[in-house]
Amino acid sequence: MAEKAWLIPLLPALSFFVILFFGKKMPKGGSESGIIAVGTSFVLAVIVAAQWIKDERIVDQHLTWWSNGKAHITIGQHVDGLTAMMFLVVTFVSLMVHIYSTGYMHGDVRFTYFFAALSLFTAAMLFMVMADNLLQLMIGWELVGLCSFMLIGHWFEEKNNSSAALKAFFTTKFGDIGLMLGTITLFFAAGQTFHIETINKLALEHGALSHGLVLTAAVLLFLGVMGKSAQVPLHIWLPDAMAGPTPVSALIHAATMVVAGVYLVARVYGVFWSGFSIGNGGLNWMAFIAGLTMVLTAALAFVQDDIKRVLAYSTVSQLGYMVAALSVGAWTAGVFHLFTHAFFKALLFLGSGSVIHAVHSNNMSEMGGLKKYMPQTYWTFVIGTLALAGIFPLAGFWSKDEILLGATKNGYPYIFVLGLVGAFMTACYMGRAVILTFHGEYRGHGHPHESPRSMTVPLLLLAVPSVLIGLINAPGVLKFAHWVRFEVPGVEFEPPEHKFAVPLAAFSFAVAVAGLAVAYWVFYLKTAPNKGAFARSPLRTVKHVLVEKYYLDWLFVTVVVGFIKGPLARAAYWVNQNVIDGVVNAVGVGAKLVGRFTYDVIDQKGVDGIVNGIGVSASETGGVLRLVQSGRVQQYALMLFAAVGLLAAALILFT
Amino acid sequence: MPITEYLLLSAFLFCTGIYGVLARRNGVLVLMSIELMLNAVNINLVAFSARLNDAAGQVFALFVIAIAAAEVGVGLAIVLLIYRNRVGVNLDEIDLMKG
Amino acid sequence: MSLTLAASSAPQNVAFGIIAVVMCVAALGVVTMKNIVHAALALVMVLAGVAAQYILLQAEFLGIVQVLIYIGAVIVLFLFGIMLTRHPMRKTGEYDNDQRILAGLVSLLIFGLLAYLLTDQFRGDKLHLGQPTQTSAIADSIFRTYVVGFEVVSMLLLAALVGAIVLARRD
Repeated sequence: MAEKAWLIPLLPALSFFVILFFGKKMPKGGSESGIIAVGTSFVLAVIVAAQWIKDERIVDQHLTWWSNGKAHITIGQHVDGLTAMMFLVVTFVSLMVHIYSTGYMHGDVRFTYFFAALSLFTAAMLFMVMADNLLQLMIGWELVGLCSFMLIGHWFEEKNNSSAALKAFFTTKFGDIGLMLGTITLFFAAGQTFHIETINKLALEHGALSHGLVLTAAVLLFLGVMGKSAQVPLHIWLPDAMAGPTPVSALIHAATMVVAGVYLVARVYGVFWSGFSIGNGGLNWMAFIAGLTMVLTAALAFVQDDIKRVLAYSTVSQLGYMVAALSVGAWTAGVFHLFTHAFFKALLFLGSGSVIHAVHSNNMSEMGGLKKYMPQTYWTFVIGTLALAGIFPLAGFWSKDEILLGATKNGYPYIFVLGLVGAFMTACYMGRAVILTFHGEYRGHGHPHESPRSMTVPLLLLAVPSVLIGLINAPGVLKFAHWVRFEVPGVEFEPPEHKFAVPLAAFSFAVAVAGLAVAYWVFYLKTAPNKGAFARSPLRTVKHVLVEKYYLDWLFVTVVVGFIKGPLARAAYWVNQNVIDGVVNAVGVGAKLVGRFTYDVIDQKGVDGIVNGIGVSASETGGVLRLVQSGRVQQYALMLFAAVGLLAAALILFT
Repeated sequence: MPITEYLLLSAFLFCTGIYGVLARRNGVLVLMSIELMLNAVNINLVAFSARLNDAAGQVFALFVIAIAAAEVGVGLAIVLLIYRNRVGVNLDEIDLMKG
Repeated sequence: MSLTLAASSAPQNVAFGIIAVVMCVAALGVVTMKNIVHAALALVMVLAGVAAQYILLQAEFLGIVQVLIYIGAVIVLFLFGIMLTRHPMRKTGEYDNDQRILAGLVSLLIFGLLAYLLTDQFRGDKLHLGQPTQTSAIADSIFRTYVVGFEVVSMLLLAALVGAIVLARRD
């Protein structure tokens, strides 16, 4: 079956075309095609995963569809544990989102279009995770970026939405520059091939590639990761992307697309391991960025009123955790966190969607006390929160704990500390969110009610793995670490693994509980904080900075873009008009001058002078010689005789 | 007797005739100078005829005399015409062919 | 009348010398005299001298012909011409034109050349004058060897005659 793994992306792709051409005519507006396709893909993914667990055989095949000398451009598939895991995640979450959307997007003006885009996105994501070469990965990467753009701007009638879509697109595109350059670097470094296994092998072999080259490629690829997986400072697009419909946020901006960057690092790990010298500990560029991301964005989650934005910043923070894990060498931990996070974050987003659908508002200031109106939503949301905060024995606990373990054991204290701080903050802001949304008094104006079954069933279905899935990698079981591991055939390399440390686990658990307690204390017991005291304290400045999102948006929009639009554009225009056009004009004027000079001096005076001169001199000579003809015969006779005499004399003298 | 004396005499007459042709203004005088030249040639011819004992030289001289006579006749007729048209026979003044 | 000069040629040389000098002076007179009639008369003297030279060279027929035609007819023609073309009012003016000096130089040059050539070539050639040339020999020569030339000359004379009349008639 693994050889037929290419069917998994193919089915949603076919669904895309079916919905595009026939969707409007179908009874459910195209959604049934999407659900059937993704559902079937999910089944196939389960089969593939089962086969992998059984015989652990890596499938790496490709077809060459274009070649040019030494370079072969291929399309292929690489099926191993990581691929199977991603298949499962993507198809399952996508299926949940599809079902959810039939309820959420009901009556939407572009219902069919939405499902077509969802199918295309699923197909592209699956295509990407199946890739055996960097070019194919990049194609999938770009395609999911396109779908993200389409879906964020789904309600493009409002300017904010289309602006958010553009912001997402441009920011990730900026990162894609790095991806492209990194791919090119690796292509040439590996001897004109895009094949990932080959690249990993060469990167890990001592001395096969120069370290500087690998480091350059790693840094460039990481730029792509920063864009797509929203690392600081390119994270700015993700909170704004919440302008799209909530199912989109759940699928794309929580579970699947944003983890594409993490997946890239995990897949091409040999390059990153060698390039950033991860085994040496201390600090590397990737870890530095990830550490900042973990904490800074968590802080931002505290000052958001929009519930989706809280979750968005939470997602960015958790992406920071995943990248941090990979940057300290805890490969399995990072991938495992990706796996668990997909489930509970999707759950949280869909739950928030349910709330928004009921209250017709995103803002928590208009919510409150919804616990009694929407019990299913409430309890599933709580489960998601606990999983995210890292409460034993839910999923997030296991994965986050492994990250911290890896950080400290591999010699990255910086990440360890930041990870703990981040964990505290995560628990705290999520507690705030829950309390503000579901507890207290209802502050809104609508009539909140529980959501329809099409929306609550996926919530329940997602809650199950949020609780249980962590146990796959519990100590003693460790199945995940076994099934999903990083290996490159032909190279002796394994990312470091560590035994479960109880003291550390207990400590991180305590931190999470403390976070929740603080949230309870601040927001529940003191639901009306002392505004005066807060306003006068220095924390106000901190809050202001947070609200302004560290002035990053101002930096990018006003400073960077403004500079390009203003002075840089003007400078370029000046160069064009004066320098380039000046050169061209000067050439033209010069040619004209040369032409005029040639005409006036050379042609008119010179050449014509010569020609006329010949004529004039002939005529002048004639004029002079004419005078010889006086008409007088005797003169002619004289000349005749004189000539005869002289000639004769000459003859006599010289012969 | 040496022949060179006759030849020199002939040459002298001839060159005098040339001078006269070139230097004399009156048309009739020019014709007379031409006669001088012709006679010089005749002397030359006859001298050589005597030298070579060949009558051909004298025959030639006869022809020259005949031709000279004809030429004088025509020449004077022309001079007369000129005289009639211009009331003056100065060759200097006849420059209708002036270039 | 024939001068039989079989033995020595000294009288011949002397005669030639005297006649030659007279001829030369007369020739110079032709080209330099201011009076045109005087010039014509000088020409007569030259022509007479030429006839005498012919006789000295034993060409008696030619000498007679010379006198007859040249002195008899041509000079008369010249005199008539002079007479008919005199400008009544003008006095006998200058008969020499502006290029006298150049003409003199040219003629001197040519004389020099000719003299040099002739003496150089024929130095030492001697004339041996025997009997005078028989007129019959000349006649033979004309009417046999050179009869074509004779006819042509006749034609020429005719043409000249006709031409002269045509040119000179008053109409």
